[in-house]
Amino acid sequence: MKLFTANFLACAVKSCRTSPASFPLHFRDAELEQQELDFQPDFIRNILPRLDWDALQVIANELGFPKLPENKPADDSLGDEGLLRDIHKLLLETQVIEGKLVCGNCGHEYMIKEGIPNFLLPSHLV
Amino acid sequence: MSSSDIPTPDQASQHPDEVEEKNVHEVYQQIAGHFSSTRHKPWPMVERFLSGLTPGSVGLDVGCGNGKYLPVNRDVFIIASDRSDKLAQIAVQHQPHSTIVADILNLPHPESYFDFAISIAVVHHLSTPDRRVLAIREILRTLKPVDENGSGGRALVYVWALEQSTSRRGWDKGDAQDIMVPWVMKGKLAPGGAPTVEPKVFHRYYHLYSEKELEQDIHAAGGRVVESGYERDNWWAVATRND
Repeated sequence: MKLFTANFLACAVKSCRTSPASFPLHFRDAELEQQELDFQPDFIRNILPRLDWDALQVIANELGFPKLPENKPADDSLGDEGLLRDIHKLLLETQVIEGKLVCGNCGHEYMIKEGIPNFLLPSHLV
Repeated sequence: MSSSDIPTPDQASQHPDEVEEKNVHEVYQQIAGHFSSTRHKPWPMVERFLSGLTPGSVGLDVGCGNGKYLPVNRDVFIIASDRSDKLAQIAVQHQPHSTIVADILNLPHPESYFDFAISIAVVHHLSTPDRRVLAIREILRTLKPVDENGSGGRALVYVWALEQSTSRRGWDKGDAQDIMVPWVMKGKLAPGGAPTVEPKVFHRYYHLYSEKELEQDIHAAGGRVVESGYERDNWWAVATRND
């Protein structure tokens, strides 16, 4: 899964929905892989306003990546192709192949296998 | 095959979870590869909905199957989910999107977050009226609420119609709505003509929607119907939140 997919995922357990700790989920034992993907600067520009930058900073930091810019790139910096390329590389080309996503509220662990996280809940959590 | 060979859904004595596990989830796991090889062409209404989205929109494809709608618009980002990990493994190839395994009744997404959602030929697999409404409610809660300018997240829901007298199945108004539909997986023949793989028949549970029933379910789920219609043996509706 692409790193930035975590920006759109929260814990599937219903009682976690009101808890701010259920988003973002936290990667654990993550095995990373770079997968080349077409660089589409407009895609990055268009998608940036839809990203939760704070959540991305938490995720990048936990995975040990160099710090993201303090503020989400906007306006003039969207013309900086080097910056967009860095974001592309980190958020779209970096894939988590194996590992877990863990809820900060209930502690439930979702397994990631062959790059696909599985959010099916055991019956006692449904 | 005569109709007497087709099992009827045993809804009275089984928990809906079990009905769907046996008659939907397990079947898709087993037919995933064959099912996918028969699913290529997007339905026009779905294509129109996806093509009309603003570049940079972020949304969900709930019950994505083999991901056949993911290539339609590469200027938006879609988190596609399916209950079957076998189908998710096929859908994951479509860039720039992402694919996860999830259940429509417990979606792992933040509330009020998404610009759009599609759920094509999925809700009709839930085996009670309550669960179908809950499924639609679950999709609606992920959408951005409608703001004072009238803009908000939109969901396109597509279900199989009871009224399809001109189709090969031939069902129509007045027929049973909770049915088991056979999926025939052809066998394979060796060069000499002897079967190497025997043909196999699977049965999937469906609730066939009657006219206006989808709109009623959307209202019951707390949604508002923006647009609705009939296309190729299916009822569809575009809905927003109503809160």
